[in-house]
Amino acid sequence: MTQLIKDGALAENDWTRVGAEDSIPASGNIIVSLAAWQEQKVSLRNHDGQVAVCLEPGEEPEQIADDLADLPMIAIHFPAFADGRGYSYARELRTRYNYKGEIRAIGDVLQDQLFYLWRCGFNAFDIRADRDATAALKGLTDFTVTYQGDARDPRPVYQRT
Amino acid sequence: MYVYQDYDQRLLDERVAQFRDQTQRYLAGELREEEFRPLRLQNGLYVQRYAPMLRIAVPYGMLSSPQLRMLAHVCREWDKGYCHVSTRQNIQFNWPAVEDVPDILAALASVQMHGIQTSGNCIRNTTTDEFAGVNPKEIEDPRPWCELIRQWSTFNPEFAYLPRKFKIAVNAVPDEDPALIGVHDIGVQIVKNTAGETGFQVWVGGGLGRTPMTGELIGEYVPWQDLLAYLEAVLRVYNKYGIRDNKYKARVKIIVKAMGAEKFRSLTEREFADLQGGPMTLTTAEVERMRACFPTPAYDAIADMPAALQEALASNKAFSRWYHTNTRSHKQSGYRAVTLSLKKTGRAPGDITDEELDTVAELSDRYSFGEIRNTHQQNMVLGDVRQDQLFEVWQALDAMGLATPNFKLLTDIVACPGGDFCSLANAKSIPIAEAIQRRFDDLDYLHDIGELDINISGCMNACGHHHIGHIGILGVDKKGREFYQVTLGGRGDKISRIGDKMGPSFDTDEVADVIEKVVNLYVEQRLDGELFIDTYERIGMQPFKERVYDSAN
Repeated sequence: MTQLIKDGALAENDWTRVGAEDSIPASGNIIVSLAAWQEQKVSLRNHDGQVAVCLEPGEEPEQIADDLADLPMIAIHFPAFADGRGYSYARELRTRYNYKGEIRAIGDVLQDQLFYLWRCGFNAFDIRADRDATAALKGLTDFTVTYQGDARDPRPVYQRT
Repeated sequence: MYVYQDYDQRLLDERVAQFRDQTQRYLAGELREEEFRPLRLQNGLYVQRYAPMLRIAVPYGMLSSPQLRMLAHVCREWDKGYCHVSTRQNIQFNWPAVEDVPDILAALASVQMHGIQTSGNCIRNTTTDEFAGVNPKEIEDPRPWCELIRQWSTFNPEFAYLPRKFKIAVNAVPDEDPALIGVHDIGVQIVKNTAGETGFQVWVGGGLGRTPMTGELIGEYVPWQDLLAYLEAVLRVYNKYGIRDNKYKARVKIIVKAMGAEKFRSLTEREFADLQGGPMTLTTAEVERMRACFPTPAYDAIADMPAALQEALASNKAFSRWYHTNTRSHKQSGYRAVTLSLKKTGRAPGDITDEELDTVAELSDRYSFGEIRNTHQQNMVLGDVRQDQLFEVWQALDAMGLATPNFKLLTDIVACPGGDFCSLANAKSIPIAEAIQRRFDDLDYLHDIGELDINISGCMNACGHHHIGHIGILGVDKKGREFYQVTLGGRGDKISRIGDKMGPSFDTDEVADVIEKVVNLYVEQRLDGELFIDTYERIGMQPFKERVYDSAN
């Protein structure tokens, strides 16, 4: 059973996360740490498969700003859902850097945070393994109106009506 | 008052449904305690010492009479017949059951009330001067700006999981600080430029709590169009760089202090550069729409000091005393703003019963355009009372015990709920307030002492704002016993300033004696017309310290 929600629906996850200690596999789509990306950027560009970078809290999008065109996906890790730095990172990727690729939330990702994450620019959510991703889908539709503009629609409500 | 559009109501109804579902999942064991916690907090629900506490938002303190009646209904239906006005101008219920909270919130939503973002690590209720719109000293009505901030901050997706709570206050009075902007995470001061256009000074990093300090001026002049973009820039800096691994260092004031105002400003300016001129830019049409929500009421054209008022003042000493203490001047001739004292001795400061709420609603309909304000000093205000009707209003309030003539006087004590209710408290607050009120029960003497703010907090979270009391009292725990530290010289009146610690703490039984000694010394030392705070600022801590500690030996 997949745990991935992408663009509003369940989706197959064909990416593998490579830990900081792990060696890079020979092929396949991989999510690497910022440190691995920075150290092995040249060889990773020749990897047999797609490569995404994972940002931890404290690792800002600015650090990969020049590489965004090469990256089909940015993963943002939430070690704990209450650490909200990733919300600003996603917003920054979408608005400051105009990043169009996938932004995926990974880690402590739960139903009750999905709506805000989605508004900040995340379009993929790797739901925590012990939760039902189908049930979590409901979190994307908690509200039908919003006051502020966001990464989806920059206009505040009074300019939309 | 702000008039809800369809979308405001829809948002509120969807929030009620969302929280009902979250509560059901929690009660069914599908949400862990630590997962449910921030969700319930951002709906105002705390788990407290004896029962949960539900905090209801009162945006910038403004209430309508139907809202007051609904609060009375909630008191009767789901609580023990009373509620509490907090120092954030909000309302707190002390005895709801967790499983009833979705129903309570649904009832409140029917009158456009809610508990949204009244707790948790998010942007809290924006506050302002309780006399906003009627204060003759303000340069413009701050409430339209407060409402714009409310909408920008409500469910702002980026700032729901901040390092810590975040409080914004707006002040429109020059040279005074009735909204305490000096001790807020962001204090917004409304100013006019030389062309007469509205703009804002943005102060960042003030706060009370464990490490009290006043804010730094970060935005020297923010044009009105850019207010929300600038606030967003400040919040983004805080969300990215605020300290998250130590909750005692997590408020924005700590990073402003650590990196310095200069650095904080340059980070803010960088974020602001991305946002300025973008879709967040306020339009004239939107600001005018907000201003139209706070129209000048349909005042009658009457002169100040009508004959009826003069006669009542001349013939009734108690009324006269109340008039001079609890009513204040108004923008509109022939009107006064009236403070309802929730500080009668024996009443927990800020508490009000269901029957009183209903009667105040009735009075507001009859005498004050159906509007009521909560104050950060835990009183209520009828903002627009005709001077020739003041005597009737006073009689009605007096019959309810809401006309104690002590506004701003020593017995108008601000106190958090303290150890009687709150699970964070180290010590009780309410009995200390009562002991002091009983000690100073002579009204003539009370008026002779004059304006004196006493603030009591039951712990260093400082909900009773003890740092800015002229006399501040802080409950501390020493090996399981309750003691009280006293500070002098704080102020939250003309300006905000943090009080100075007097010395070692006192036993519960000693507090009223200590306050009496402090007040006695002031009365002996004061010069003509000097208030307590003036005398303190002139003679300093030492004489007070000697009086209190030497005579204790």
